[in-house]
Amino acid sequence: MKFGIYPGCSLTGSARDYNESVFALAEAFDLEFAQIPDWNCCGATAAHNLNKELSLALPARILALAEQNGLDEIIVPCAACYSRLVVTQNELKKNPELKNRIREVLEMDYHGTSKILNVIEWIDKYIIPKLDEKIVKPFNYKVACYYGCLLVRPDKVLNYDRAEDPQTMDIVMSKIGADPIYYPYKTECCGAGFSVSRTDIVSKLSGKIIEDAEHRGADAIIVACPMCHSNLDMRRSDINKYWKTEYKIPVVFVTQAIGLAIGLSSEKVGLKRHFVEVKIS
Amino acid sequence: MARIGVFICHCGENISATVDCGKVAETIGKLKHVAYSTEYKYMCSDPGQTLIKEAIKEHKLTGVVVAACSPRMHEPTFRKACAEGGLNPFLCEMANLREHCSWVHEKNDLTTEKAIDIVRIQVEKVKLNSALQPIRVPVTKTAMVIGGGIAGIQSALDIANTGHKVIMIERSPSIGGHMSQLSETFPTLDCSQCILTPRMVEVAQHPNITLYTYAEVESVEGFIGNFKVKIRKKAKSLDEKTCTGCGLCTTKCPQKKIPNEFEQGMGMRPAIYIPFPQAVPNRPVIDREHCTYYIKGKCKICEIVCPTKAIRFDQPDEILELEIGAIVVATGFDIKHADFFPEYGYGKYKDIIDGLQFERLASASGPTTGAILRPSDGQVPKNIVFIACAGSRDPAKGIAYCSKICCMYTAKHAMLYKHKVHEGKAYVFYMDIRSGGKNYDEFVRRAIEEDHVNYIRGRVSTVFERDGKLIVKGVDTLLGAQPVEIVADMVVLATAGVANSGAEDLAQKLHVSYDAHKFFAEAHPKLKPIETNTAGIFLAGACQNPKDIPDSVSQASGAAVKVAGLFSQNELTREPLVAVVNRTAPPMYSTCVGCFMCQSVCPYQAIEREDFKNREGKIVKTVAKINEGLCQGCGTCVALCRSKSIDLYGYSNNQVYAEVVALLNEY
Repeated sequence: MKFGIYPGCSLTGSARDYNESVFALAEAFDLEFAQIPDWNCCGATAAHNLNKELSLALPARILALAEQNGLDEIIVPCAACYSRLVVTQNELKKNPELKNRIREVLEMDYHGTSKILNVIEWIDKYIIPKLDEKIVKPFNYKVACYYGCLLVRPDKVLNYDRAEDPQTMDIVMSKIGADPIYYPYKTECCGAGFSVSRTDIVSKLSGKIIEDAEHRGADAIIVACPMCHSNLDMRRSDINKYWKTEYKIPVVFVTQAIGLAIGLSSEKVGLKRHFVEVKIS
Repeated sequence: MARIGVFICHCGENISATVDCGKVAETIGKLKHVAYSTEYKYMCSDPGQTLIKEAIKEHKLTGVVVAACSPRMHEPTFRKACAEGGLNPFLCEMANLREHCSWVHEKNDLTTEKAIDIVRIQVEKVKLNSALQPIRVPVTKTAMVIGGGIAGIQSALDIANTGHKVIMIERSPSIGGHMSQLSETFPTLDCSQCILTPRMVEVAQHPNITLYTYAEVESVEGFIGNFKVKIRKKAKSLDEKTCTGCGLCTTKCPQKKIPNEFEQGMGMRPAIYIPFPQAVPNRPVIDREHCTYYIKGKCKICEIVCPTKAIRFDQPDEILELEIGAIVVATGFDIKHADFFPEYGYGKYKDIIDGLQFERLASASGPTTGAILRPSDGQVPKNIVFIACAGSRDPAKGIAYCSKICCMYTAKHAMLYKHKVHEGKAYVFYMDIRSGGKNYDEFVRRAIEEDHVNYIRGRVSTVFERDGKLIVKGVDTLLGAQPVEIVADMVVLATAGVANSGAEDLAQKLHVSYDAHKFFAEAHPKLKPIETNTAGIFLAGACQNPKDIPDSVSQASGAAVKVAGLFSQNELTREPLVAVVNRTAPPMYSTCVGCFMCQSVCPYQAIEREDFKNREGKIVKTVAKINEGLCQGCGTCVALCRSKSIDLYGYSNNQVYAEVVALLNEY
């Protein structure tokens, strides 16, 4: 089975650990990825704040390239990229005039036929059915599943999980032996793009997310978004400085946790790249 | 020769703003057989009607077309005007220029063209109208009230007191409805049970009221004055006449772990139970779904202990067929439940409850005999948060409307709490305070000013548990969107009021309309708030939309007056727009061949068989015959008749052809 993969900027940069774990899982489960050739930026937050057409044209080009290359399913591990791609597909489906305009802009054909999967959907569909036989080291930890914002929002467009109390990641984690704790901060804001311009805000918001997970006795925070990861992991020293704390709880991608459970080495799934040491193995 | 009069109405500006009424009148005036054509600002007004009456006389009109609004509201008005002008009322037709033209198009020449077409086809139709006489039908002077809450009770008593018979049916084992669950009532804080239970007893004892509890509507046929209703009396599994209501069976029943509906799940009840001590009738029923005997085939302890041997395990459901003249629907409402709001934690924590559960906590007859105690550990909550609009006015959650009663009951809840827990702190998160009503705003002010309830204007984003406390995170929009976090012991959600379960099903049985939220629809939002679209069926209380007690009672009395008005007549007249099977001279008698396909498709069972006999009394032909009393004029039989032997008065095939031909032809 061949899927398209759209890595976006973060998986080739700050979230190489995430990228490595996704590919490691694919390899372990005999799933082949084809990177969408000549892919471009999804537009992220910047594009849709400035120019609506641009914010749709950028993801539409990615989708058009996928269509050209016969990729019916595309996995998009980054939650922000995932949101932009799905929102674009939805907008253009609703509005044929706009679709034609975007085709003109792109000078490419676009139909919007590719199925876009986020990482949890991909795991659900292709990993879970063959997971049981592969588990060698059950992930026996208490985990706080942190979904962030874009994996489940806007819920009317994504039509994926309950926006206010999502469950999908908790279910995946319990399948590898983990104990997902009750965690009310699972969709609270981490500070997102303020990571660059206002680290104090990220420190404040992400600090609360970490505090509650530690308070409830979680061994790890599980994420499925590079932005969440970088705010909770890379910004940890800022957070500890801001709150005068010494939070040590590791932040693990859902794909890394599964990788460990099926016996992949911590190196293979990229744990060595984390800023907060991951003592789980 | 036909002499048609055409009257174009401006409907204020509703029609004239987009349609050139002058041009329509002028063009129509030139048509063949149109003897008179004019326009007027408000044709339904007194001068407008006078215009029609005088024109009929002056121009010796043989038919009238009023081009105005939808016939739903004003067809009777104009038909009456024609009758007063000396014309048979069924020689008047309406052309709908408002809903079918001016409201849905922009102002331009094409709109006026379309208006001309709409009027033109009615002119052609009315030429073929025949003078008809209304059908007279008798009235069965027995009313049925569906639902035994406060609205149903009020309506039943009011009708019964006018001297007419009332059948009241209630699907639960006791009447009383939601009002019987309430602790105290706003804005006077008088005890709900104290004002309600005497009325419940009155219903049971009234000589004109027959009460069937544990019963539901099975089917409804017929029409105003002449409904035929089947009701299903569910088996109570006991003989009500023998049972004395001693309650011994309910105390001995070994199955005691069934969530008590009356206590909103905050207490348990046995399988044989009386819903609450003041129930009417005060007789138990066996809940067969949970009874050990019905599940496992063994037990029968209630039968053994019953001193009067009243238990009947093999009792079947009973179907009663009733003749009913008018129906009052008073089936009430429900509140939106559980997982509607995962972020508010309802269902996850015992100490997050809904408004009706709080009523039971505060009620002297409730599970805590009126003490405000946390369901989780029985402690008195020191901080309590009330969240208004939990679901209401929130299109993102599917309910855009205001549930109307929550502002008031939330103020009451906070007040009751403060009266019982003096040192406690009560917070109310609200969007707006909607306290329109006599002494209502004063009541809310009293909660704030005298009982020191903290009102915070803003919404709550989430409620979660931490270290045994409930953390309520919200915003205070009056303090510049300041985030607010309250550590609470208990949270009460004023969840949205929604249509009662089964409302949609009942509406379909009754053939009445309902809205997108499954609330029963009134015939007109302003001028017919009690009537439904089906004549003879009226609405009372919260089955129409969430309502408080005074509003429900007022509407219930209104519905009773409508019923009494109907019953003041011995005969009703119906529009004679019914189907008819043709008759010809013997030996043919009719072109009908007696296949009776029409009988199999008639939704109203209005088609009968008629035998023709020769002089020896031998049947020579059997043909179909329409019962005018039952026929609703739907026309299904007309479409199906293979020999074209059936036609519809007022909508004959020839009339419809004339309309189509008019539209196809140039004028």
